[in-house]
Amino acid sequence: MDKRKLIDTTVISITGLMALSIIVIILIIMIVIIIGGKNYLTWEFLTSSPQEGMTKGGIFPALYGTVLLVIIMSIAAVPFGTITAIYLSEYANPKSKIAKTIRFAVRTLSGVPAIIFGLFGLGFFIKFIGAGLDNSLYGGELKWGQPNILWASLTMSLLTLPVVIVSVEEAIRTVPIDMREASLALGATKWQTIRKVVIPGSLTGIMTGTILAVSRGAGEIAPILFTGAAYYLAHLPTSLSDQFMNLGYHIYIMSSQSANVDETLPIQFATTLILLVLTFSLNLLAILLRSRIRNKSVK
Amino acid sequence: MEETENQNIKDSANSTDNEYGTHSFKDFQFKNDDEEIDENNKGTTFDLISLKKKFRLSEFLAEKIITSVAFLSIAIIILIFIFVFRETMPIFFNKADKKTNVENVNKPEEIKQERYVLEDTEKSEEVKPERYGEATDNYSFLEKGRETSLKSETAGHEGTISISNLLGMEWQPVSNNPRYGLLPLFLGTLKLTIIAILFAAPIAILAALFTSSFAPNWLREIIKPSIELLAGFPSVVIGFFALMVMASFFQDLFGYSTRLNAFVGGVAMSLAAIPIIYTVTEDALTAVPNTYKEASLALGASRWQTAFFVTLPAATPGVFAAILLGIGRVFGETMIALMATGNAAIVSANPFDSVRALSATIGAEMAEVVFGDTHYSVLFLIGSLLFLFTFFLNIIAEFYVRGKLVKRFQGAES
Repeated sequence: MDKRKLIDTTVISITGLMALSIIVIILIIMIVIIIGGKNYLTWEFLTSSPQEGMTKGGIFPALYGTVLLVIIMSIAAVPFGTITAIYLSEYANPKSKIAKTIRFAVRTLSGVPAIIFGLFGLGFFIKFIGAGLDNSLYGGELKWGQPNILWASLTMSLLTLPVVIVSVEEAIRTVPIDMREASLALGATKWQTIRKVVIPGSLTGIMTGTILAVSRGAGEIAPILFTGAAYYLAHLPTSLSDQFMNLGYHIYIMSSQSANVDETLPIQFATTLILLVLTFSLNLLAILLRSRIRNKSVK
Repeated sequence: MEETENQNIKDSANSTDNEYGTHSFKDFQFKNDDEEIDENNKGTTFDLISLKKKFRLSEFLAEKIITSVAFLSIAIIILIFIFVFRETMPIFFNKADKKTNVENVNKPEEIKQERYVLEDTEKSEEVKPERYGEATDNYSFLEKGRETSLKSETAGHEGTISISNLLGMEWQPVSNNPRYGLLPLFLGTLKLTIIAILFAAPIAILAALFTSSFAPNWLREIIKPSIELLAGFPSVVIGFFALMVMASFFQDLFGYSTRLNAFVGGVAMSLAAIPIIYTVTEDALTAVPNTYKEASLALGASRWQTAFFVTLPAATPGVFAAILLGIGRVFGETMIALMATGNAAIVSANPFDSVRALSATIGAEMAEVVFGDTHYSVLFLIGSLLFLFTFFLNIIAEFYVRGKLVKRFQGAES
């Protein structure tokens, strides 16, 4: 009997150890990056441009570019994602073929490798739409048919669209059916009910979706590798047809493509720390918001 | 409410069990309209036409617009298909290429000019340092190679795009005689995937088993969000960590010669695959009806026996789906492959050799390539293959596995 108990405890401990090891890995990554980057992390680092061939100075342009990217991306992804979620939860019959196909498309979209979005952005936005615009509006002069922040943001918005759809739909489903029925019973139409009851009731969910999308968009590099990110720019992007610098791309270039990797190691760690803190806090916020939505729906 | 946790991956796995359903909503809408019309037609005879819904422009527009926007996801998938394949087309239709070749051979000066213009399209300011950086890569000869590449391509173009070239064992896209052998890249990706899954699958599945079967509630509340946070780590951060810390650590540990290799890349990628495998497995495990576990425990099985011999086998299709999705994630992972695998297209069974993954090849070379030439099309071909592969993995995970899981439990729950 004792032996049996011993085996039981041992096996359970092993599985527990595996779960623990994941947490330990997360902690190790965070601690290593915090230790490596914290000394270089100053206010000046955040607010100044790279200097002397990027071996000194800060990361302000990269930070600025990343923020700009996620803003434009959210403007594109959040409305479309929300509307799709509304369709899926309010209008579509969940058993209909159309709804199933859309769901499948959303799931597929979330499984497409990020680099494929980059290729698509290049083939569709830059070479098809951009070049088409240039030919028709600018007489072949190159303006839109090249990598820029607009195309990069739109490419990124395709990647983050499923994230928004899933979070918003989950939130919409927590709006109690009674509230909808009450609204309809008072004579409101379906669209009025959605606008005045369903959307306000799921605002937290839309926010969660946006936050998750922003965190994803800030961290992904593959889609913007050749749709707009630049290694170094002397000026901040001022128009949508400008290229931009990006935190993640900055890390990638500095750590694996630049000639003096060792010299700039503290900068790399500090930049990684910024990116990690950014995505980490956004994700944490999203998790907290979501647990709030869930608790509300349980009550 | 736990089964709706971790939206991203399984996202709407249980989306069909819409608690209130849309039916009831629609019924209400209909009744609502009915009453209204009824009131308007007070006293008049009740004819069928008046039963029709009253037409409202705003309602109509809202529904139509929302419906058409919802089709966007489908449209995007189709557009990805079309536009990624469109750029690979030149490979399959040699004619167009040959035609330009002939032109090129006839007017050599024009080629140069064309090339110049193309280079100008990219802002030279930004491109230069990138190229400079690229010199530290294994392609330091590229610079010179590129200068001559166009000429050489015009000379020996016919051979460059044959199937046998694509199936060759050498990937040397930029040389006097460019070779676009995809096999080493494919084998490299396969090697990375195997290593990554060998690490990720046991850890993730056992951890999922722990959280779903053994862990006390408070511990579960710590583990699940932590893994969600790991899923939120940007892959460039994991890649950076692998490149700077893990590579040196493993080199000290095992004493191999190439610092960046398939092993380091694979282990790093397993960090990206763990959250997916964990989440989907965990969902499948919690979906196993409690009656299964209770029956097993009642028969005298211990907790671990129940978990390993009853719960886990019952959830096999879900675990299988989890591994498939994990493979899809690793297969397409670009930044980690780019940063931590060494990027040399070496074919060997040794896990401590460098590899060059398919995705990393696209990421590394697309910025360098001349738009529209063979190399460019081959990169798009790689992209199409990656896309198709992950697409079919998704389809398998979706239809075969989910269907099986649902069937298996339907009898038990009723």
